[in-house]
Amino acid sequence: MNITINVKVNGVKYSNTVEPRLLLVHYLRDVLRLTGTHIGCDTSNCGACTIHLNGMATKSCTLLAVQADGMEITTIEGLAKDDQLHPLQEAFRECHGLQCGFCTPGMIMTAADLLQHNPNPNEEEIRTALEGNLCRCTGYHNIVKAVEFAATKMKKEVAV
Amino acid sequence: MSTNGLIGKSVKRVEDKRFITGRGKYTDDIILPGQTYAAFLRSPFAHAKILEITTEAAKAMPGVIAIYTGEDLREVNGVPCGWQVNFKDGTTMKEPKHPLLAVDKVRHVGEAVAIVIADTREHAVDAAEAIMVDYEDLSCVIDPLKAAQPGAPLVHDDVPGNVCFDWNLGNPPGEVDEALKNSAHVTTLEFVNQRLVPNAIEPRSYNSSYDEANDRYTLYTSTQNPHLIRLLMCAFVLGIPEHKVRVVGPDVGGGFGSKIFHYTEEALLTWCSRKTRRPVKWTATRSESFVTDAHGRDHVTKAEMGFDNEGRITALRVKTYANLGAYLSTFGSCVPTYLHGTLMQGLYTTPKINIDVTAVFSHSTPVDAYRGAGRPEATYLLERLIDLGAQELNIDPAELRFKNFIPPFDGVNQPGYQTQVALQYDSGNYEGVLKKGLEMAGYENFRNEQKANSNGKLIGIGISTYIEACGIAPSAVVGSLGARAGLYEVGQVRVQPTGKVSVYTGAHSHGQGHETTFAQVVADKLGIPMDDVEIIHGDSEAVAFGMGTYGSRSLAVGGSAIVKSIEKIIEKGKKIVAHKLEASADDIEFANGKFTVKGTDKSMGFGDVALTAYVPHVYPKDLEPGLDFSSFYDPANFTYPFGCHIAIVEVEKATGKVQLKRFIAVDDVGNVINPMIVEGQIHGGVVQGVGQALFEGADYDENGQLTNASYMDYCMPRADDLPMIETGSQVTPCPHNPLGVKGAGEAGCIGSTPAVVNAVLDALWKGGYTVKDIPMPLTSERVWKAMQ
Repeated sequence: MNITINVKVNGVKYSNTVEPRLLLVHYLRDVLRLTGTHIGCDTSNCGACTIHLNGMATKSCTLLAVQADGMEITTIEGLAKDDQLHPLQEAFRECHGLQCGFCTPGMIMTAADLLQHNPNPNEEEIRTALEGNLCRCTGYHNIVKAVEFAATKMKKEVAV
Repeated sequence: MSTNGLIGKSVKRVEDKRFITGRGKYTDDIILPGQTYAAFLRSPFAHAKILEITTEAAKAMPGVIAIYTGEDLREVNGVPCGWQVNFKDGTTMKEPKHPLLAVDKVRHVGEAVAIVIADTREHAVDAAEAIMVDYEDLSCVIDPLKAAQPGAPLVHDDVPGNVCFDWNLGNPPGEVDEALKNSAHVTTLEFVNQRLVPNAIEPRSYNSSYDEANDRYTLYTSTQNPHLIRLLMCAFVLGIPEHKVRVVGPDVGGGFGSKIFHYTEEALLTWCSRKTRRPVKWTATRSESFVTDAHGRDHVTKAEMGFDNEGRITALRVKTYANLGAYLSTFGSCVPTYLHGTLMQGLYTTPKINIDVTAVFSHSTPVDAYRGAGRPEATYLLERLIDLGAQELNIDPAELRFKNFIPPFDGVNQPGYQTQVALQYDSGNYEGVLKKGLEMAGYENFRNEQKANSNGKLIGIGISTYIEACGIAPSAVVGSLGARAGLYEVGQVRVQPTGKVSVYTGAHSHGQGHETTFAQVVADKLGIPMDDVEIIHGDSEAVAFGMGTYGSRSLAVGGSAIVKSIEKIIEKGKKIVAHKLEASADDIEFANGKFTVKGTDKSMGFGDVALTAYVPHVYPKDLEPGLDFSSFYDPANFTYPFGCHIAIVEVEKATGKVQLKRFIAVDDVGNVINPMIVEGQIHGGVVQGVGQALFEGADYDENGQLTNASYMDYCMPRADDLPMIETGSQVTPCPHNPLGVKGAGEAGCIGSTPAVVNAVLDALWKGGYTVKDIPMPLTSERVWKAMQ
């Protein structure tokens, strides 16, 4: 029996009838066609599907679309505000924090969650926060740099 | 030639914007009108007879459009191998058919037995689960040594002893035996270079469609070389006309070699799209990726290195058993041979070398090129041997390397270095990178600290100095070595009437940043802004032809093809300007985007020349309009990057846990176009190499089950396992290509693995544990056991 869900994704309200077994990540990708959220594994280990669910970084392959009923979701497509890139998006470009780009949306969403809770993380805290997200290209070096860069930039913005 | 200084600058990547905003377009992001979805039923057995397949119930399930088994494809060819290696006696290697779906027998866990096509992914999976297969389980063999033993279960009935080929390279074996016998000391190491799973984070994905009205096919594929896939699929597998097939490799989420190969699923989906007249899409689950993406490494080796009384290497003898898996993958045969045996000279003046390779089939996933492909195995072998030799001879490992290095040569004033194993190195300064690495590491201080610390923590330092052959490569040479394709590259530069430039390259970017690096080269050489240049790649319909990206070849070969076309553009531009300004073409100079008559102030801008070429009202009579050139570049030689990697580790005595404290990488990759991108390549490569040393390894049990076929079980390097990577560089230009570049894609992965292992063994050795070797990956358990 299909079930109707109501969600708000990147500020837009959606109402869809879905199979109960549909994963949230498939709902975002196949139904809403928000393909920036990626799928890299089937065991919730790679983090490529990380989104914000009611403001918290969540692997969107770990829950069913029906479980997200009534919730607010932000995906990578919704992170920039009014065409202004999020400081983390800028930082990933500035620091060469991405190569093939496949893990990048998940990395950025995870890092954004970290900076919400800890605006001034040290290297160890960044590495610990990112350990649930796999990257095969960068060796994480420039990703860590990018998070540091964004943290500094966001502090300056707050100070202004 | 003109320059605006873009070459050599860390320009930020132009491709990033789409990736950081979630607007990249990978194959799985594409949904075509009328899209259907495929799911596979795969073998749960490593070796079994297929007695019966029952699909009736599955066919009746909701949404199912078609189900095919091997029986339906009995007459269809299998996927080919692209490199022929001959037995020592001159006979051709054994090439059993690699079918698109298993026929009669399955030969590895994960081999596809049936394909279901349905209206949704879920329906396809449901139906695949409803297919009944009656198997007769047969005994299997995974280990390459055991597979080569008499009486081992046969993978293919027509391949006796499971031997695909045997192969030998170097000085005559007798000479090497003699040199070893006369050596003052011989260091011997028997080891396994373990099997790895490449694990690009984007799983393989294909979407194939057939347009009946025009008899045309389109295949979107997560590949590193769309043209090669088209060629292999059309000419060798399906026999469909190449000009009616478009193959697109859109954004691709990492390859590391595993997306070079022509996989069975690509051809099968294309075949199915014609049968069903519907577009068919399949994306591997990670569990499928683990058992179907071609694996890497898997060598079992015995190696002996002789030394004289002064510590000079006298000879090297190597015997390797290479595991090819159940079938020959596209380049499976050349990895343990021409990409491995030919590197046995390393950086050293070893006068006598012989390597013998036996390549065997086993009941496991096919093995092929994985980042470095053969060269990491060669480097591991040499760098472990020389370090062990240093321990046994009680010589400092850095000193032993300095004693044996080939002296510096630039390939211009001094000739290239002819090795004992077929290759001729282009240019090198091997002492230079080791000196720099030791300085960056603070080697002497570390040794003093280590001595002072001898009763405290176990700390160790490990060196690895490597050379690799990349920029693959001269067609004539690879052809003589068995390659069944040319290995040139194609570069087309199309100047638009307004002076904007579209560049079409046969290389393919799946993370390497070609859209930036290549644009830098073009903008620099033409003296125009980078914004005026666009790099187009990955589409057989847009790009005339191409050999793709692997073997760190894109810039050395693909970049050079583009430079050739730029030279033709400038030469034609000079003729146009000469006519217009009534001068001789010989008197026209081109610099900073401007054509000038020598010694005058008469000039024309690049944009004006472009417009004149397309609006040829005042134009030389003997010149065609337009400004658009294509070039094929076939290099004179491979390129030979080299470097020095140093690891510093701490080993916990109580648990054997290894902590990588520092990693120093000094790489000489020739001239550098974009240092930021090159460093990024090194970082990533280093961590993949560290992964092999400390974490990764495919574990097959005796039944042929891959027991760690998920990210829960296969240990990938994670952010909190690693330190920052300290990079240094040296530049020894490549003497034979126009950019002087060598290639940086694989260097990190080639140099790093033995540095880490050497560091752990150094820590143990200096801490009083005389441990000769520990098999990779160096997990806590293995290190702790070795210490007991």
